[in-house]
Order: sequence, then structure tokens, then C-alpha cells
Amino acid sequence: MTTIAAVPPFAELLDAPRPAEPAWLAARRAAAAERFAAVGVPSSRDEDWRFTPVSAIANTAWTAPGVSPEVTAADIARFRLSTGSLAVLVDGRFAPDLSELPAGVTASSLHAAISEGNAELESHLGLVAPIAMSPFVALSLATFTDGVVLHLAEGTTLATPLEVMHLTTTAAEGALIAPRVFVTAGTGARGAILEQFVSLADTLHVTNAVTELVLAPESWVEHVRVQRESEQAWHLGFTHAEQATASHYRSFALSLGAKLARHNLHARLGGEQVETLMYGLYLTRDSQLADTHSAIFHDQPNCNSWEVYKGVLDDTSRAVFNGKVFVQPIAQKTDAKQTNRNLLLSDTARVDTKPQLEIFADDVKCTHGATVGRLNDLQRYYLQTRGIGGRTAQELLIWAFAAEVLTEVTIAPVRAAIEQIVRNRLDEMLG
Amino acid sequence: MSLLNITNLHAAVDESEILKGISLTVNAGEVHAIMGPNGSGKSTLAQVLAGHPAYEVTQGTVTLEGEDLLDMEAEERAWAGVFLAFQYPVEIPGVTNAYFLRMAYNEVRKARGLDELDPMEFLDLLEEKLKVVEWGPEIMERAVNFGFSGGEKKRNEILQMAVLEPKLAILDETDSGLDIDALRIVADGVNKLRSPERAIILVTHYQRLLDYIVPDFVHVLAGGKIVKSGGKELALELEAKGYEWLTGIPEAAAV
Ligand SMILES: Nc1ncnc2c1ncn2[C@@H]1O[C@H](COP(=O)(O)OP(=O)(O)OP(=O)(O)O)[C@@H](O)[C@H]1O
Ligand SMILES: [Mg+2]
Repeated sequence: MTTIAAVPPFAELLDAPRPAEPAWLAARRAAAAERFAAVGVPSSRDEDWRFTPVSAIANTAWTAPGVSPEVTAADIARFRLSTGSLAVLVDGRFAPDLSELPAGVTASSLHAAISEGNAELESHLGLVAPIAMSPFVALSLATFTDGVVLHLAEGTTLATPLEVMHLTTTAAEGALIAPRVFVTAGTGARGAILEQFVSLADTLHVTNAVTELVLAPESWVEHVRVQRESEQAWHLGFTHAEQATASHYRSFALSLGAKLARHNLHARLGGEQVETLMYGLYLTRDSQLADTHSAIFHDQPNCNSWEVYKGVLDDTSRAVFNGKVFVQPIAQKTDAKQTNRNLLLSDTARVDTKPQLEIFADDVKCTHGATVGRLNDLQRYYLQTRGIGGRTAQELLIWAFAAEVLTEVTIAPVRAAIEQIVRNRLDEMLG
Repeated sequence: MSLLNITNLHAAVDESEILKGISLTVNAGEVHAIMGPNGSGKSTLAQVLAGHPAYEVTQGTVTLEGEDLLDMEAEERAWAGVFLAFQYPVEIPGVTNAYFLRMAYNEVRKARGLDELDPMEFLDLLEEKLKVVEWGPEIMERAVNFGFSGGEKKRNEILQMAVLEPKLAILDETDSGLDIDALRIVADGVNKLRSPERAIILVTHYQRLLDYIVPDFVHVLAGGKIVKSGGKELALELEAKGYEWLTGIPEAAAV
């Protein structure tokens, strides 16, 4: 194991003794640790983190999670989004007893897959989401201990979604949890991955999660991500989908937890006829901050990307949206559309939204639009005249605003579960 | 007791007075037509009755069945039985017509201490109400007024009225923008809802509508006041002579 001069707040994690690992991984970890030591935790001078203050993360000496209390199936039942297969990580550690992985479903602990030797991991782990993506991605690669590996076999269609539940317990207090999810979809494979971040306790911790997806030609992957962690926590999430010819990746991300939540969602369209859909909704209250940084790399011609993110903000909460679209010179006939719409429920909520289109091809269709608005008084009055007053009218209008993106979740029971989560949160927000 | 009693009503928006002393009594079972030049205050009167927050009542009283209407929020007026068909119906993207109508119906029922209907029960009721405006169920899955044609929006207002069964229906230029068939459908719809318990105030510019829905009284509003009231023959007289003989202002200047 290589030892490097660790950054103090993460020293314990970086220097933690690790079981023997394959040489390829040790080398990648070392490079990642070196990179993190060089760049450190971003400050607000960093353009990518201008509105998202994370420097305070460096003020705490984060530990590995302690021994988790016992978690039962009943504890997690209420969080489930589907009835399909389930992989549970408790405080970042794969929990086989809570997981339900029927035969035929290729899913396992990342730690186990690494020990057993896995060619896909060797060719991709830590490279799909490169350490240059963010200092935290480098930190993740340097420090992760476990995660989940999912494989959708070539030519198969998953009957039910694969659900990955990242659960934190009281043992997460003061800890940095760095789970990694690695998904491969074989040629023509179809399926849905549900990734959820939930907390059993109101702990102050850091989740530094990285999800890598590799989509083979003509695969179809729906990726639903629900983040509802403890509102004391820092949530740092990085997702990268690497897409081959004629693959389809549709992402839906719901963010309503954490004190500060950052999600980088990147997709590289590495073949022709690729389709990338990114939908999202963030609901923030109190002094929460929800930040989405998406990046769509149109590296090949004849591809489509479509992105719609919406946000509802209350109290003194903030949202940041940055949508990057890069269209390479060869990526002719690119069709890219991006929309970010925000609804402010208070005078003190704030949104910083910025499209960032860098287009180097000339025969393309790229559009973007961003809005920040309030509830429409005339609509409210119209509802009142129909007997729908006060809070009911407010809730109906907010729902009308938000529900549009929820319809993009294609699996009906999952959509219904997400609708319920959103309704419950709106209910709480309107108090 | 009369259903609606308006006494010396003055209303202003941004400190400029628009209604300048309106008095009007409407009994259950009656149909009153309100006519008058553009900008005379007809929609303002309708909106003040419905409870639009932009208009400030500076003087006068309005009662519905003896209750102070001006003291109620707009939704409370709806619960009490007031319905306004808007001159410009409002679009609500993201809310289906079916959901909206059921919610409105149930909110009104709830406020009146009646049982709410579940979606299936409401569907049966809706089927009946759709007949009033000669519409199929397709329109129900579209967002409220969103992308509706001008005529469809007006028809949707009448559908809402049919569902909510108000005591006092105020129709603000529901006939404007309708083709001849739609005008007949809307007028038939209104006639079906005429009843001894219900009063209707029709704001219109055209005799055409009054051929279908024959009013008991016609009032002319000009400069924020009712300058003349009469029977249905007053509308015919206005059609022939215009408003100038009543207002003293040449037609063009009144616009
Ligand atoms: N919200 C408002 N803000 C400012 N002025 C208003 C407002 N509402 C009405 N007014 C003014 O009050 C006057 C009366 O308007 P109102 O809409 O009541 O007329 P109307 O009789 O309905 O006209 P029309 O026949 O054209 O529909 C007009 O001069 C109008 O510009
Ligand atoms: Mg008018």
C-alpha cells in the first residue's frame, strides 16, 4: 500500500489499512489519493463550486462509520420504491441479510467482486467517472471500501427494477461514507436501476457517492435516483454514464434531503444514435442547498439529449443548476434541449441557474431555457372562485408545476412511490 | 329575501374609482342582462362579486341571501353559491380538467357539510354534466383551459357551472368568440341550468345571446353606474340606437 501525505480531515480514511487488493486497484487508488492531495476540497473560488460552499467539510476529521446497529427488513420496508431485487448498503457496507438478490440477478458487493476478480471492474472502475471529474471523485476512489456491482446481461430484459438502497444509521455520525455503484448493461440489455439514499437517524455525516454506468450498444437503462438523507448531512454524488452506439440512458433524480446536496450527472455519448434523457426535481426548505451540475458530452453525430430539471424552494433554501452541453466538431445533427424551471415559495429562497453550451459543430439543434418564478396569483384566484382556496390551491399549483417531470419515471409503481414522497414533502413544506 | 342585494357599490383599483355607486337587486329564478360600452365596469362588477383581490370596495354593501358577501374570501363565496364564468378563463397547465373539476366539486361539498365523491362516483356525475355542453370525455384529460381555443374555454366555464350548481351565476361575455353552433350549445346549457332557485347575471354586448337566453331584466352600465334598467325590450332598443342616447358620449369616445 502506498502512503501519501494525507489531507488532515480525511487522514484516517486515506491511511486506513485495507485488505490486499489487486495491483490495478492499488495503483488507481494511489493516483486518486495523489490527485486529491494536490487539489483538496474545493473552495468558492473554484468556478464549479461558486455557489455551493463545501470548504467547511475540510474542518472536520471524518472517520469511517462505526459499528452499525442492527437494521431489520421492517426498518427499510417503508423506504422501498419497488418490489424487485434489492441491494442494501448500511453505512456504506453491503448488507447481504437485508438484500434480496434472486438467482439470475447479477448483483454483488463491490468488495466481493473485486476480491473474486472481475474483468469489467478492472477495465472500468474509477475510469468511467475519472478522478478529474471532481476532487471528491478522487477522494472516493482513494477511500471507498464497498459498494454494489450490477450487471444486466446481454440481450436480457429485467422484469423488475434493481433497487440499491444506501442507508445510514446512528453509526454514520461524524463519518464519511463512500459507496460506489458500478453498473454494466450488455448489448441490447434493458432494465431499471433505482438508487436511493436514506437515513434512519438525523446524523451529520458526509456521503460521497460515485456511480458509474457502462451502457453497451442498444442497451436501455432507466436510472432513478432518490436522495432523501438526513437534513444535517453533506451529500456529494457523482454519476457518470458512458454510452455506446444506440444506447438509451434515462435518468430521473429527486433530491430532497441533506443540508447540502450536490449531484454531478455526466453522460458521454460515445456512439451514434445515442439518446440521453435527464429529468430531475429538487425540493428544498429551511437552509438546504441542492446543486445539480449536469454535463452531456456529445462526442458523436446523430445523438439526442433532453434535460428537464425543476425545483421548488421554500424558506432560505437555495438551488444551483448548471447544465453543460459539449458538442464536438464531429457531432453533427446533435439535438440537445435543456430546461431548468424553478418555483420560489418564499422571498428569501434563491436560485443560481446557468446553462453552459459549448458547441463546436454547425449543423446542430441546441436550445436551453431557465426560469425562476412564483405562484401565479391569477391562477390562485381562479381556483378560489371554484371553491379551491388557501393551502389546497397552493398545493395543487405546486403539484401541477412539479408533477410534469414525475411522469417521466416510466415504471408505474415506482412513479407512484415517488409521487407519494413528493406529496408528503410538499405537505410538510406547506405545514 | 332577495338572493343578491347590491347597494351603492363603489370599487376602485389602484385608487382610481371604476364602480361609482351601483345598486341592483336580483331574486332567485331571475335572469338579468348587463350591457354597456367597453370599459364601463361590467367585468369589474363581476369580479368584485366573485372576490377578486385587486379591486377595493370603497363604499356600499353586497349581500347574498342576507349574508355579507364582501366579507368573504373568493373561495367562501364559491361555497356560498357564487359562480363567475370569466371573460378570460385562466389556463392551469399540469392540472387535468377532470381532477380540477372533482376537486372543486368536493371542496364545495365539503364546505357545505356534504359527502365528497370518489373518482368513480364523480365520473358518473361528470358524464351527465358533459351532456349539458354536448362534450365528449376527451376534454377531461387535458390541462385546465391549457391550449383550449377561445370557444372551448367558454364552454369549459359552462361545464364548471353545471358541475358546481351555483345559486348565483355571473356569465361575463360567455358568448364572445363563440361560433354559431357553440353559441347555441352554451345558451342551451345555460337554459338547462335556469331554475327557480338560481339567478343568472349575463354580461353581454349582443342581442344574439339574449335571443336564446331571454332575460327578465336588462341593465345598462356606463361610466361605473347603471344608467338605465328595463325589460328584455331594452336590449333591442340598444341594438337599434347604440349607447350614445343613454351616455351622451359618442360611441367612438367611449371605447
Ligand atoms: N385590474 C385593473 N387595473 C387597472 N385598471 C383596471 C383594472 N380592471 C379594470 N380596469 C379599468 O376599469 C375600467 C372598466 O373595466 P372593465 O373590464 O370592468 O370594463 P368592461 O365593461 O368589462 O369592458 P369590456 O366590455 O371591454 O369587457 C377600464 O377602464 C379598465 O381599464
Ligand atoms: Mg369586460
